[in-house]
Amino acid sequence: MQTAVSPRHDAIVVGAGHNGLVAACYLARAGLDVLVLERNAYVGGAAVSRKLYRDFTYSNCSYVCSLLRTEIIRELALPRYGLQIIPYEGGCTMMRDGGHLALYDNHDALRREIARHSRRDAESYERYSRDMMRHCRFIKPLLLRAPPDPTSFKPRDIRELLYLSRHFRQLGEQQMYDTLRFWTMSCADLLDEYFESTIVKGHLAGSSIIGTALGPRSPGSAYVLLHHYMGNIDGSVGAWGFARGGMGAVTATLAASFQASGGSIRTAAPVEQILVRNGRATGVALADGEEIRARIVVSNLDVRRTFLETMAAADLPQEFLQQVRHFKIRGSSGKLNIALDGLPRFPAIPAGSPCARGDLHVTDSIDMLERAYDDWKEGRWSRAPYLDILIPSQIDPTMAPDGKHYMSVFVQYCPYRLAEGSWNDVTRKAFGNTVIESIARQSPNFKDLILHAEIRTPWDLENEVGLTEGNIFQGELTFDQLLFNRPIPGYAQYRTPVRALYLCGSSTHPGGGVMGAPGFNAAGAILRDMRRAA
Amino acid sequence: MSKSGPGTAGARYDCIVVGGGHNGLVCATYLARGGRSVLVLEAANQLGGGAVTCEFSPGFRVSACAHLLYSLSSRVTQDLDLPAHGFTLAAQELPTVALSLDRTPLLIGAQALQAQGTSAVSSADAQAYRSYTARLCQLAAALGPSLESVPPRLASGAWADRLSLLRLGWRVRCLGRRDMRELLRVGGMCIYDLLDEHFSDELLKGALAFDAVLGTNLGPRSPGSVFTLLYRLASAANAGAHAAAAGSYSQPRGGLGALSEALAKAARAAGVQIRTQAAVQRILVRDDCAAGVVLESGEAIEADVVVSNADPKATFLRLLGAQHLDTGFVRRVAHLRTQGLAAKLHLALDALPAFAGVAPEKLAGRLLIAPSLNYLERAYNHSKYGEYSSAPALEITIPTLHDPQLAPPGKHVLSAIVQYAPYALAGGWDEQRPQFTALLMDLLERYAPGIGGQASSVQLLTPRDIEREFRVTGGHWHHAELALDQFFMVRPVPGAAQYHSPVKGLYLCGAGCHPGGGVMGTAGRNAARQVLTHAA
Repeated sequence: MQTAVSPRHDAIVVGAGHNGLVAACYLARAGLDVLVLERNAYVGGAAVSRKLYRDFTYSNCSYVCSLLRTEIIRELALPRYGLQIIPYEGGCTMMRDGGHLALYDNHDALRREIARHSRRDAESYERYSRDMMRHCRFIKPLLLRAPPDPTSFKPRDIRELLYLSRHFRQLGEQQMYDTLRFWTMSCADLLDEYFESTIVKGHLAGSSIIGTALGPRSPGSAYVLLHHYMGNIDGSVGAWGFARGGMGAVTATLAASFQASGGSIRTAAPVEQILVRNGRATGVALADGEEIRARIVVSNLDVRRTFLETMAAADLPQEFLQQVRHFKIRGSSGKLNIALDGLPRFPAIPAGSPCARGDLHVTDSIDMLERAYDDWKEGRWSRAPYLDILIPSQIDPTMAPDGKHYMSVFVQYCPYRLAEGSWNDVTRKAFGNTVIESIARQSPNFKDLILHAEIRTPWDLENEVGLTEGNIFQGELTFDQLLFNRPIPGYAQYRTPVRALYLCGSSTHPGGGVMGAPGFNAAGAILRDMRRAA
Repeated sequence: MSKSGPGTAGARYDCIVVGGGHNGLVCATYLARGGRSVLVLEAANQLGGGAVTCEFSPGFRVSACAHLLYSLSSRVTQDLDLPAHGFTLAAQELPTVALSLDRTPLLIGAQALQAQGTSAVSSADAQAYRSYTARLCQLAAALGPSLESVPPRLASGAWADRLSLLRLGWRVRCLGRRDMRELLRVGGMCIYDLLDEHFSDELLKGALAFDAVLGTNLGPRSPGSVFTLLYRLASAANAGAHAAAAGSYSQPRGGLGALSEALAKAARAAGVQIRTQAAVQRILVRDDCAAGVVLESGEAIEADVVVSNADPKATFLRLLGAQHLDTGFVRRVAHLRTQGLAAKLHLALDALPAFAGVAPEKLAGRLLIAPSLNYLERAYNHSKYGEYSSAPALEITIPTLHDPQLAPPGKHVLSAIVQYAPYALAGGWDEQRPQFTALLMDLLERYAPGIGGQASSVQLLTPRDIEREFRVTGGHWHHAELALDQFFMVRPVPGAAQYHSPVKGLYLCGAGCHPGGGVMGTAGRNAARQVLTHAA
């Protein structure tokens, strides 16, 4: 193998996912010479816009934009580089028996709709939204801070712990108890404390299972609700939107911002190994043998991939490796990207209602979601899956040719490993049919409109994007892997046992979703270390 | 409407304890020793609540609810000098035997694994078991003291509360960095994942997971199930069974009822007055303070302090009445999860049953039917939808092997805890009791061929029956689900977690409050200490 040794960079970022790019941006803006290496021929990781069929654009992994921190959008001036987030309003949750719950942004309209199912729930909804907002306000300031190590006596950790306890005490006694319970209870128990109507509960429970290896009855699932409540567009909390041009626009503008501040990106440059000498990262070796040196290496890969597949075991402490092997990163979600010849009709939704342009769900009760989870536990995809359907081309004309439409279907649950057989064209097609059939039950003309469908299982996600076991959050969001436990207790501050090697992916606090917070926090930790070294 | 019965005219006590369960009796004794005049009122004609021995078939007696002791606080045993009041153990350190249909059973001792016959677990698992047990017990030990103290209030500003929080924090710190991190990691984890990290043997994993989900509304995959195990170990540690993960189980001579009798003796010796068949109809409130109780007979009895051994829902919603409480508090109480999932099966046997592959002397142990993690998880699945498990998990004991008095000569009693049998069974228990009983007998027949023929009488206590017979709302053994969101300073609900309720003079002392159920006596002791400090 020939070895061309290229000049030494200040920092190499392995992986051009949104977090890698965010970290790279902040490092470059701090004056560092930063090189981003991406395995694929395109940047974006799981936030991409792909042209896989004619002139249709698929957001074929992540599909909506909302969690991306406004601070990051502002500071990196993403709008200047063309990022445009179009909020969508409302939606509709459709039951298998034909009933439905229409969702409106208009508060009174939503109230009326809920009252249609239960007057009492319409009342409770006020209390519910208020409480959820409070939980969000509590957790929000924690997102852009590195979690303290509770076992450390370092001034910074103690300072952060004190900040946390002060932040917590500000809630007031009763709400401190509520918060403690909220963090530990199951979504089903939480909703039972507010609502009686099956569909209202079924609808709200949906966001507690997205991407998780939990069911709505698993303790800890209530917290996951927040990950989908923390949406924030132009300051309107909870709002969701499309990135014009698909999710690729987010990473494209990040890349543009990065290059504008002097950074360079190499695509189709798969990193084979992170090089270590005397316990210190010195650079990377590419698949073709090329070695690139740098003062620090930042990995956007998940914690399992970084340490188990991109590094030599000899370079890492045995106990740490064991903990990495124990990191829970089971994939549980599938995705269909469908090109449609026209707009499908959903009888449940009144013609011309804004609901059709929003978030469409197929679910009818917590039990249905729980049974969907039971299927996953047994190593099969859900016979009656939870679906989160969007047709962005209704709002963003750039996604599909005139009169045609692009439909994104998120599917929960779908296992990484099948109990019987393995993922291949046959099983993948069978999985796709399960999903298509359950949509067809809601939309009579849907099937005839299908021009092309890309069917993605966790296995495909791993192979294309590199997310281990196809877990969309780069690691499950359970107590044992949150805050100071994420990804590994004692290594929750973006540093690793290897000096000059950092993590910046969703494996780290605060976890998944196109949020950018891990990248932001990682850059902060890196720059602090450099200032200290200097 | 309050007419005083003869003899009790003008009767007045410092404290009335509503309910003569083990916690009520423990609480009463501590109060009497604290110089209070105490009256215990028990609705049943037998004391002990969930810790009773009943004759379920002529000549056959069994511990009707709880059937093994593993967490009776050694402090309570000493303070109340129970041995002196006739409390003795028929057996202790009972080993656990994990049964399996397709291999010889696994004997799980406190520190080590012994395989019966040929089926040994891998040496790797045997090693892992030792470290796993030691580690968990170490973590649990850090929590132990918190069970025996009153949970602190958050942001009360009181130094006592701050101190107790600091103490807990300090104990956790003292674990050292490695173990502290491990505690903070596994604390919220599911037992399924934790066991997968350590072991490969399915039978072993099933048996170890059983203890984590026993008496809870959780499956092995439910986060928080490691916590319930730690809780169990912590209470076992307080019972003096240090470093005993699997085998700290003992059996009182005469069944659990004998323990309650000893507790009653201790109470009377301390000057407590006890009345059975005296069901309390409501708690008297005067000027927003508890002032006594009214019995179902209409008799009114006055007291400065009323301590309720009844579960929180019964206490606040039935005996006290929502009108005396603010709506927020009532809502919290109403939302308390109190539905049980554990049933109890009692068999009167003509002879000792033969469990395949289990040497007769090993039958004296604690036999588990939980052959794998997935078996347990599937058993749990049904309960989520209001169905009973099609293949339930069982904890079986044959108490007559240690205590022949419980049955006629040569005959035996089998007592089993059965999971999962949800309180709110779709279709109702009255209709489905026969099917479920038959299902259980079939299951037992497979493990112990011929047992059906030996059984002269079969009794199944569902959570519904437990609710009716032991007056526990929802029929939950712990009065309220033991889960992180109903534990420590939020158990049973904020505002009542320090044993005193929003109504002055009304206290709780049952399993519904910290540290929860299991025959521990700690809740009663903690409550008494609160009453005494307040009044003092």
